[in-house]
Amino acid sequence: MSIEGLQETLGLRALPAPDNASRHYWQSAAEGKLVVQRCTACGVHQFYPRSLCTACAGETEWVDASGRGTLHTYTVIRQNRSPAFAALSPYVVGIVELDEGVRMMSNIVDCDIDEIEVGMALEVLLLRAADDVGLPFWRPATG
Amino acid sequence: MGSRDPVIVGIGWSDYPVVPELDAMDHHALALRRALADCGLEKSDIDGYMCAGTGFNSNVDDAPNMAEYLRIKHRWIDGTSVGGSTFEFYVQHAASAIETGLCDVVLVTYGSDMLSRVGRMLGTSTFSSAATRVQGPSGYESSWGNVLAGGYAMAARRHMYEYGTTSEQLAEIAVGVREFAGLNPFAQYRDPITVDDVLNSRMIADPLHKLDCCVISDGGGAFIMTTNERARDLAKPPVYVLGSAAAQSHWTISQMPDFTTTAAAQCGPEAFARAGVRPEDIDTIQVYDSFTITVLLLLEDMGFCEKGEGGAFVDSGVLRRGGKQPMNTDGGGLSACHPGMRGIFLINEAVRQLRGEGGESQVPDCELAVACGSGGSLSCIGTVILGKEGKS
Repeated sequence: MSIEGLQETLGLRALPAPDNASRHYWQSAAEGKLVVQRCTACGVHQFYPRSLCTACAGETEWVDASGRGTLHTYTVIRQNRSPAFAALSPYVVGIVELDEGVRMMSNIVDCDIDEIEVGMALEVLLLRAADDVGLPFWRPATG
Repeated sequence: MGSRDPVIVGIGWSDYPVVPELDAMDHHALALRRALADCGLEKSDIDGYMCAGTGFNSNVDDAPNMAEYLRIKHRWIDGTSVGGSTFEFYVQHAASAIETGLCDVVLVTYGSDMLSRVGRMLGTSTFSSAATRVQGPSGYESSWGNVLAGGYAMAARRHMYEYGTTSEQLAEIAVGVREFAGLNPFAQYRDPITVDDVLNSRMIADPLHKLDCCVISDGGGAFIMTTNERARDLAKPPVYVLGSAAAQSHWTISQMPDFTTTAAAQCGPEAFARAGVRPEDIDTIQVYDSFTITVLLLLEDMGFCEKGEGGAFVDSGVLRRGGKQPMNTDGGGLSACHPGMRGIFLINEAVRQLRGEGGESQVPDCELAVACGSGGSLSCIGTVILGKEGKS
């Protein structure tokens, strides 16, 4: 999946409905900044955003993420009957482990499928999909 | 042994795998009628009811709706809905309700017209469109086009990375289950397959091939639980619920804490401890086979082998027909039927084997069975140990 192709097909994707806990996350991503929650009591990072720390039920604050991570696992989707994605197949869906320790699902883009391997270093690419939503994608880390 | 020890006394199936003339309600009704006939109880004997809707029938088939439709006069009802393992959770809940005297006769029904009504969408679709915003945790997955099969594929990939598990070992699971499907006249696919057939089938979501994935079918089932004492004058010997346990590690796949370990690592050992038996004592294994990797993870997590050794364990032939612990003796979800939530078929098949009603696929000297269901995306796991005899 090239970045150009990604931009062209962004409008086909179903977008998330931000809720109270996630509104800042999606809005920040739309503005080109990746943020994650950290517990003000126990210091644990978490993703996805919630109204409490899942470790200790404490309150959370937003911190900037480094935007770097590694590929924890992945698959190549060869068949998706949904019209939005049928034309994109095959494409890579992976679980990215951010340097902050949290994991998120995304697409691994801007490289050949054959280059993808568990453990590879990745960097985030944030694309604005709507005024209130940016979507993080990940590509092989440069440098 | 106590007089209120929970037992399964009646089992029934509607029809599967392709039944366009039946809708979901018809499946519930037919399975109920057959389960009653199986044990000799009257409909009016039922005072507990459990049911979970299919999710694609506008909730008209959820517990309160179905209790009304079937006119079940219950004093206890449970509509827990955790995906395919719902029915293993139900055995645990019903056993507790029966033991404590909240009710005496619990009916569980399931019915799905998934294949005829929805088609083969479950595993390979993103349930959303660009026209609507996605609510809740699915919003962290839908925008990237994952499909149900993709989640399991990522678990398989991680297991391969950490433990060197191979596609050939996963394929062996599908081959062994297909052998049993060949003995089930109702199974959706019955022709024998080889490991090469699995590896040469179309890739759906790497590393899972088409034949690593379960079928999509129509179907339904019912079972009836009561007390050991009430079972005495019924048509067939009871099957004893010796131990049950359930647990959840996540719901959406991207929240799975460890992609190689399911909640069976908790509820498996708990169920065995409650039953007072060990995995090596089990005569037949009925395990959720939504995908081949599901089987491998659940077997490891229940303790049939060490974590990471599932590949070698399935390769040993122990799960095959004629092996020490034959698995999915009705042909499983991989070959026989999977109408969306397959857990009820695991319970019914375990009961059929323990009664000695297995016909050509009967496991010799079958006295102990385990049913282990997985619901969601390897999320909610229920483990049930069933026995021909009660606890001594």
